[in-house]
Amino acid sequence: MAVYKKTYRPYEGALTASAKRFFVITRYAMEDLRRSKFLNIFYALSFAYPLVSSLMIYLAHNTSALQLIGGGGGAPGAQARGLAAFISINITFFNSLLGWQSMLALFLAAFIGPGLVSPDLANNALSLYLARPFSRLEYVLGKMTVLVLLMSLMTWVPCLLVFALQGYLEGGGWAADNARIAWGMFFGSWLWIILLSLLALALSAWVKWKPAAGGLVFGVYFVGAAFAAMINTVQRTDWGSLFDVGYLIGSVWTRLLEGATRTTDGPIFFRNPQGHELPIAACWIALFALGGACLYMLTRKIRGAEVVR
Amino acid sequence: MQPVIELAGLEVRFGQRVILNKLNAALTGRAIGLLGPNGAGKSTLINTLLGFHKPTSGTARVLGRDIRTHAREVRGLIGYMPESDSFIAPMSGVRFVRMMAELSGLPSEAALERAHEAFFYVGLGEVRYRPLGTYSLGMKQAAKLASAIAHGPKLLFLDEPTNGLDPPARTRMIQLIQEIRDRGDLSLILSSHLLRDVEECCDQVLILKDGNIAAFCNLEEERRANLRFLEIETRGSNNGDFLAAVDRLGCQTASGAQGRIKLILPDGVEVRQLYEIAAAQNVQLRRLSHKRDSLEDIFLKAMETPNGGI
Repeated sequence: MAVYKKTYRPYEGALTASAKRFFVITRYAMEDLRRSKFLNIFYALSFAYPLVSSLMIYLAHNTSALQLIGGGGGAPGAQARGLAAFISINITFFNSLLGWQSMLALFLAAFIGPGLVSPDLANNALSLYLARPFSRLEYVLGKMTVLVLLMSLMTWVPCLLVFALQGYLEGGGWAADNARIAWGMFFGSWLWIILLSLLALALSAWVKWKPAAGGLVFGVYFVGAAFAAMINTVQRTDWGSLFDVGYLIGSVWTRLLEGATRTTDGPIFFRNPQGHELPIAACWIALFALGGACLYMLTRKIRGAEVVR
Repeated sequence: MQPVIELAGLEVRFGQRVILNKLNAALTGRAIGLLGPNGAGKSTLINTLLGFHKPTSGTARVLGRDIRTHAREVRGLIGYMPESDSFIAPMSGVRFVRMMAELSGLPSEAALERAHEAFFYVGLGEVRYRPLGTYSLGMKQAAKLASAIAHGPKLLFLDEPTNGLDPPARTRMIQLIQEIRDRGDLSLILSSHLLRDVEECCDQVLILKDGNIAAFCNLEEERRANLRFLEIETRGSNNGDFLAAVDRLGCQTASGAQGRIKLILPDGVEVRQLYEIAAAQNVQLRRLSHKRDSLEDIFLKAMETPNGGI
């Protein structure tokens, strides 16, 4: 019907599958994010570390390229072998990659997470969303999918691609021998992504003001770490680390990547020094408690109508 | 006739506070007014029907679907225009309405087409690409109506649709509501504290007071009855004879001070006959009016009822 025919008519066409409707929220949020130049640049730069890692793997397996970099002095090939030995592709290498990318994911969650929910709450738009055949769970899923997609492309996807490159170039069953690293990065990243998404959405639902919510996401990580360090120092214990999200997630990652016999202090930015470990069950419980608290906050705030008792 | 809304012992409590107290009613009108003072439970009733609040006991059925067991289906049938400003300020009007229509299940292209249509329909065609945050109050109200009708609901909930509107904008909004009502494609529930809005748009009215139903009436029937209910003012020396002659016609009469008479015309008696009697009795009819403030009377009577209840 032409738009100039100003009349009301009922809709009698087909409806979309209700299970897919939460993607509507995701799609609109993605369109909004695409307009932000800052985020586009930040997101593009976040792939720098995986690219550098890939380059290092390539160099480590390419003697002629190493000779080119090493120059002409010394015995032929000796300098190249030295450089190859310097670039060691091991658990520390992948720990660094995972740590870097996960820290960038934290920044991404702090930048875009609050912008997903707080405008809806600040503008009372939730009643309009939820007055439709659309549940609170679907709303949260729709918003969370935005973060999950973007953070996946930033964390486990490049990590696994780098791992695959190393496995391909190394050959000889290297990938099979080190499959634990791949699985560890995959599951560890998912755990971090879900935790960060819940945290970002819950804080923005609670605070409603974008900058404050973003600040709180950083606060949970950095202030929590400082608080944990203070408790550990004053009380001469390691249990204060239960307040340090970086420590908790790092401990879980270390267990996932290295198993019970660890050889490193965990990924960069998520250190859990050897000799200061907490029981892994305690770390899991603390992470679940944090996730549960976020879910509770979301349940309280994502409502069609506020109840004043 | 299937009721639009059927309340079956519907009770809603917030903590220990009873907000809706075991309501029972079957609303069958095409346009139903929901009246009541602040805190009467109007918005809570709408929110409960939308599934925002869970009934403590009892239930309600919307177009035959139980809100306890078919909440999602019920919401699929409803278009909701909330009382407060509800939109995302930086979004353009048409994009917001399109998104809402998509959430109601319309495919993307159909949602876009209907969003444009809805904006033209409510008179905002020229500003549909402007961010919602820049709209005036009247435009925001119209945009909310566009958002409520874009997906083609079967039942429309309008919560204080004329709030804050200037007279021309209010007239336009009332006209739109009347047009939607008269097309007959959907039913509407109009919650308001403005008796005039309800009187102009609705054929049934449910009056709430303190969470109870204080009155429930059919305005159409009231209007028909009011056509037979007259107030006249007479001048002349033969008022007594005039009154006796009118009585003989079969009218029920009640005389007041200064020649004022209230009367109910029985079927078959026309107003013209009153003029003929007045002329024959040499009585001047200075004023003759149909009783006009019926809803106000009903409302005030309902408010006088202790604790509500009919």
